[in-house]
Amino acid sequence: MAEASYAIETRGLVKRFGKTTALAGVDLTARPGTVLGLLGPNGAGKTTAVRILATLLRPDAGSAAVCGYDVLRDAHQVRQLIGLTGQYASVDEGLSGTNNLVMIGRLPGLGRAQSRARAAELLRRFELSDAAGRPAKGYSGGMRRRLDLAASLVGRPRVLYLDEPTTGLDPHSRNEVWGMIRRLVADGTTVLLTTQYLEEADQLAQHIAVIDHGQVIATDTPDALKAAAGWQVLEVTPVRRGDLGAVTRLVEGRLGEPAAVNPESGQVTIKVAGGAALREILRGLDDQSVELAEFALRRASLDEVFLALTGQQAQAPPQQTPAQQATDLNGSSR
Amino acid sequence: MTTAPDAASPLAALARRPGPLTAAQNSLTLAWRSVLKIQTNPEDLFGLLLQPIMYLILFTYVFGGAIVGGTRQYLQYSLPGILVLSVVFATLGTGMMLSQDVATGVFDRFRALPIARWSPLAGAILGDMVRYVISVAVTLGFGMLLGFRIQASPLAAALGCLLVLTFALALCWMSALIGMLVKSAQAVQLYGFLIMFPLVFGSNILTSQQSMPGWLQAFVKVNPVTYLTEAERALLTGGPAAAAVERSLLWALGIFVVFAPLAVAAYRRRS
Repeated sequence: MAEASYAIETRGLVKRFGKTTALAGVDLTARPGTVLGLLGPNGAGKTTAVRILATLLRPDAGSAAVCGYDVLRDAHQVRQLIGLTGQYASVDEGLSGTNNLVMIGRLPGLGRAQSRARAAELLRRFELSDAAGRPAKGYSGGMRRRLDLAASLVGRPRVLYLDEPTTGLDPHSRNEVWGMIRRLVADGTTVLLTTQYLEEADQLAQHIAVIDHGQVIATDTPDALKAAAGWQVLEVTPVRRGDLGAVTRLVEGRLGEPAAVNPESGQVTIKVAGGAALREILRGLDDQSVELAEFALRRASLDEVFLALTGQQAQAPPQQTPAQQATDLNGSSR
Repeated sequence: MTTAPDAASPLAALARRPGPLTAAQNSLTLAWRSVLKIQTNPEDLFGLLLQPIMYLILFTYVFGGAIVGGTRQYLQYSLPGILVLSVVFATLGTGMMLSQDVATGVFDRFRALPIARWSPLAGAILGDMVRYVISVAVTLGFGMLLGFRIQASPLAAALGCLLVLTFALALCWMSALIGMLVKSAQAVQLYGFLIMFPLVFGSNILTSQQSMPGWLQAFVKVNPVTYLTEAERALLTGGPAAAAVERSLLWALGIFVVFAPLAVAAYRRRS
């Protein structure tokens, strides 16, 4: 069955809202049992793509299929395969946690007893058993999100859309959700994950599609994306803060790139294209008797790659270094 | 079935579309949801119980003396109208709840489930019938406490209750349409009241139309609420009912035939 070799497949997806083009020809594929991370700045078209794949929105052109079923022609079949969670699929505030899940179970045709058992099982798994009888409107943000996730799993979906599933969760709950996603994927579920935490995509996704202005501008494994960036990051931390100026002048002189200085951590970071200049930098630092607390070369982080891909043509000033951009990203995305 | 997601074997069994039985089950499940929501929303229940009581007390004791010279006499006259008024205003709840479901994303979850497309609407309206029954029961019950007496046969009175519920079942599709067209529950309330107020008070609910100016009398004469109130008066306190009942039913049918398809169309379009 050639058309079902992908659990998720879109071809040339186009969607316009009035004069705005939300999607300008998007191709996405996800093999069964993998996580596809969808990354992009706000307004890039992630939500539109997910809504089309969830049969909530009709594309203006192109096609989208789930396990070989077309989202327009076979919408009812697609709905039997998918689970949806996130900002556009909400829990019912007026119902208790249990009744929310029982309702979602009853709707596609689970029996009463089965629905109750499934609800209890999921509430236990998401540590909501104690609050099961209370109306969801009294739940905290984290509890609501967990209930939302539980609701999307009631029907044991083969394809799960997770829209920023851990936004607003504490680190403990976030790890729980990550663990749950890994277990689901190990059992063969396919996951489409949108997230604003690149670390999350790095941790969970086998493939990442970077989307900007309604177009996929890069798609690959996280490692390949980082390698393809073609540069690394040198981090130098002198023991004495007084040496920061000397270190900055030295690395900028050798590498011909602007360096970023973090006065709080006392660290200088700079882009490195190859390893050749490193020995000279070390020798130079030694000549000036700069004592080093840290001298490390690391691969570009996904944050830095992401900004190199999307940030440039957006509004990032050209002078910014990756490290600064990464800080900006963290600051503006929370 | 293996855990290996080769996608081919288990998918062959997927249904192409929901059958009529499934659709009916979906609607009942969603009606059950609406009823549960009445329980967990004390404000809604409070309003449902208190509004008819408030109308009865205000209209009976504020207007009663002035209009017919005695509150007891006036209650006999006004209660059937207040019954109509309470239920007509209660239909606004349908639109408000629906617009809330759209705004919070609950409807998106429903629309991504393999259920009949119209079942969320049908379920909400079916569930709201419980609210209307509560409204009717409180109005009649409290009215009798204040001294209202049913002068027609119990059968006629029961038919009277059924008639007003039938009318509500039709009218709430208009409320549903408003709920699908505007952005928030507050907007539903605003537009709903703008439509319902002239409908409710431009009628014979509180007083007969003889004292009104000609243009208003003309409106009162075509207003469905007038016929419904006439029918309720006849069925609860005696008198010839057939013509008014017939007219009310025709109106209910007309309202349903116009607004139900419009509401469903608006619901489908809202994606």
